[in-house]
Amino acid sequence: MSIHLDSHIPAGPVGAKWSKHKFDCKLVNPANKRKYTVLVVGAGLAGASAAATLSELGYNVHCFFFQDSARRAHSIAAQGGINAAKNYQNDGDSVYRLFYDTVKGGDYRAREANVHRLAEVSVNIIDQCVAQGVPFAREYGGHLANRSFGGAQVSRTFYARGQTGQQLLLGAYSAFSKQVGAGAITQHSRSEMLDLVMVNGHARGIVTRDLATGKVETWAGDAVVLATGGYGNVFFLSTNAQGCNVTATWRAHKRGALFANPCYTQIHPTCIPVSGDHQSKLTLMSESLRNDGRVWVPKDKADLATDPRKIPEEKRDYYLERIYPSFGNLVPRDIASRAAKRMCDEGRGVGPGGLGVYLDFSDAIRRLGQAAVADRYGNLFEMYQRITNESPYEVPMRIYPAVHYSMGGLWVDYNLMSNLPGLHVVGEANFSDHGANRLGASALMQGLADGYFVLPYTIGQYLATSGQKKVTGDEPEFKQAAADVHARIDKLLSIKGKRSPTHFHKELGKLVWDYCGMARNEAGLLKALARIPQLREEFWNDVNVLGDGESLNVALEKAGRVADFLEFAELMCTDALHRRESCGGHFREEFQTEGGEALRNDDEFAYVAAWNYTGDFAKPELIKEPLEFDEVHLSQRSYK
Amino acid sequence: MSSNHMNLKLKIWRQKNIAAPGGLVDIDAPGISPDMSFLEMLDTVNERLQEKGEEPIAFDHDCREGICGMCSLVIDGRPHGKEDRTTTCQLHMRKYADGDTITIEPWRASAFPVIRDLVVDRGAFDRIMASGGFVSVRTGGAPDANAVPISKHEADASMDAAQCIGCGACVAACKNASAMLFVGAKVSQYAHLPQGQPERNKRALAMVAQMDKEGFGACTNLQECEAACPKGISVRVIAEMNRDFLRASLLGAE
Repeated sequence: MSIHLDSHIPAGPVGAKWSKHKFDCKLVNPANKRKYTVLVVGAGLAGASAAATLSELGYNVHCFFFQDSARRAHSIAAQGGINAAKNYQNDGDSVYRLFYDTVKGGDYRAREANVHRLAEVSVNIIDQCVAQGVPFAREYGGHLANRSFGGAQVSRTFYARGQTGQQLLLGAYSAFSKQVGAGAITQHSRSEMLDLVMVNGHARGIVTRDLATGKVETWAGDAVVLATGGYGNVFFLSTNAQGCNVTATWRAHKRGALFANPCYTQIHPTCIPVSGDHQSKLTLMSESLRNDGRVWVPKDKADLATDPRKIPEEKRDYYLERIYPSFGNLVPRDIASRAAKRMCDEGRGVGPGGLGVYLDFSDAIRRLGQAAVADRYGNLFEMYQRITNESPYEVPMRIYPAVHYSMGGLWVDYNLMSNLPGLHVVGEANFSDHGANRLGASALMQGLADGYFVLPYTIGQYLATSGQKKVTGDEPEFKQAAADVHARIDKLLSIKGKRSPTHFHKELGKLVWDYCGMARNEAGLLKALARIPQLREEFWNDVNVLGDGESLNVALEKAGRVADFLEFAELMCTDALHRRESCGGHFREEFQTEGGEALRNDDEFAYVAAWNYTGDFAKPELIKEPLEFDEVHLSQRSYK
Repeated sequence: MSSNHMNLKLKIWRQKNIAAPGGLVDIDAPGISPDMSFLEMLDTVNERLQEKGEEPIAFDHDCREGICGMCSLVIDGRPHGKEDRTTTCQLHMRKYADGDTITIEPWRASAFPVIRDLVVDRGAFDRIMASGGFVSVRTGGAPDANAVPISKHEADASMDAAQCIGCGACVAACKNASAMLFVGAKVSQYAHLPQGQPERNKRALAMVAQMDKEGFGACTNLQECEAACPKGISVRVIAEMNRDFLRASLLGAE
């Protein structure tokens, strides 16, 4: 059975599609909205904003999240800012330019119509957040301040010190709390979604486990919204929070939702390098640092061990400024990461293992003074010093790329609905807007665009037309899904092997980092694809999960997530192997230009790769959604 | 194992569930690298415990970069440990010496019941927020973001308060288990912005009422909360909340 994918992109010129589509979407009568229950999973920017807005519209909303409070999802860790085409700087920005930059930044692997809509609603997001009391940075005249981010030559990024994600999430959380207080949202903290319930071919419910009590419960509704973030933790070491996982989207995939472009992972160029085996995560240093910091390595290998402060100017290679004079240190993330890798591969990396490059603020401190630099980046410098015991005011930071963001995710149409009717996917969990590489300050924009301004319109179209009968949760499909979840928990607890879930997670992470990380090739991917099933089998025979399922059990939570990563990793490598081109974050060593840049193959690969679960991890079915470009001319991306 | 690794002794609070009695248990932590974070030290201990067939110690954590507010722990009597303005996840073991004994306990407050080991229920904070920690604006229809200029000074004062991560260290540090710094931070954030003015009185009254209902204690001006706050929230926000609360009490919610 092959699935026909329809992206439901409205007809008409790109700038008019969204307006027309909003008009064409069926409305749900206000009195009827309260008869519909929407189950939202995840309370990050996308989930909290969607839950708040849907409940304001009158829908009955339940929201589930694994953290102890809706204020904690990992959107909170975004540092640098949020893009919006406000053109407050009068520097030539426009909706069209943000659209264009984002499609180009994504290496021409995103849908034009979605990206244009994102750019259109970006301006509303800033207005909304200010109205909520988000304290964005301001100029002395009282107006909003902007900074620059990679991949753009205009200054369109709004920020709140180095804590923009925190302030935007707390803004969404405040809207969410308002609705909780009004009794319009029922929140379920410490609740993890473990399965999706399909009834009559429609997504009608979920199965959750209460992480504090161990209770497994089913929830019935009229639509399900997944806002469960990305899968970066498949690599074990990433900038993601410890709890970030692929479980919700993966279990939906196993119930029939297509997983799109899983090989598109963003490796962020500016992270603190790995210091040892004990390490549990990698810490990001905001891209905004590249506004004032200059990236370099020594020209001579002889200088690798020299104190960087004593290396004279003429013996430093400011390689981003040298190779990409137009964008300099503000090239997009994939370009900057690969350039750092090339320098290290050439043997010019600094620090332990030669896996690092300098990010130097001495020019900025000379030019602006230490106080001004501290005002812009003080909290980041403090964080760096706590972790490394070195002060960036005195010595250059050492940075290295790390896994950061998932451009891939569940396939959705223009309405943000997956191929499963009723299952909507928003934020990082979907695949839709960033192509093969996300530009800095665009994740916050997309999460809030989806939750505040897109889904609230498009979900009405589904609810008004689905024609489904009410479900109560007593249907056999619910009972079966709950039984499946129980069986899986019992199985994990019964193995009583010798290796902890973390042990398996670390081994898997190293495997996919080595063979499906910053650079991939056919031989390596085949190696990973041979090893992953073995590792999965070892896991199911030898994992050690102590304790019981009837209480808070951190090992059990971890084991369930690692089990899903062990399945997902195979799909990620399969996708990376099939895409015989390089684009954005997906760099196949066999396909590169003479200068070492990604070499796309538009004739054969200008499509979204959506994978259908067939019951056999090794043989998922590939379904292609061709990408059409009417506005943006496909070309070799150049930032030179 | 390199020579600078440390051997530590831990005294850790272990408690099976909310109903069971808990107590401090001695656990050895050998081979700790000074480059580990405090939570990575606990990860290492947990791996060893599981190898020995003992259940891992439960503790809350998520982002591990000091911003989500999920991690907690009273370490040697101080919430988030010995380093000022630093969450537990950002505290590094280089602050300790070989042979040290470290006592690790959960937040202690009747409004934060222990769920297991070092994990507590901070739902009271969410209920306080739901009572008034917001501006009542619906999605859509907001005026242009630059329509109302806000002086940099006021925006900065608002941001200083808005940095609160909701971890609860202020409560854990206070002998009265008062939540005044947490509540004050939210009240102050909005009090410094024009968007916060219409509901200013109502907000202060509602949030204080919910705070009292949750069983948090009163403020006796010892300022332990400010000292323990990993984000350096100033007790000025308590003064501002008291001012708003007093004014609202006299003038009414509207």
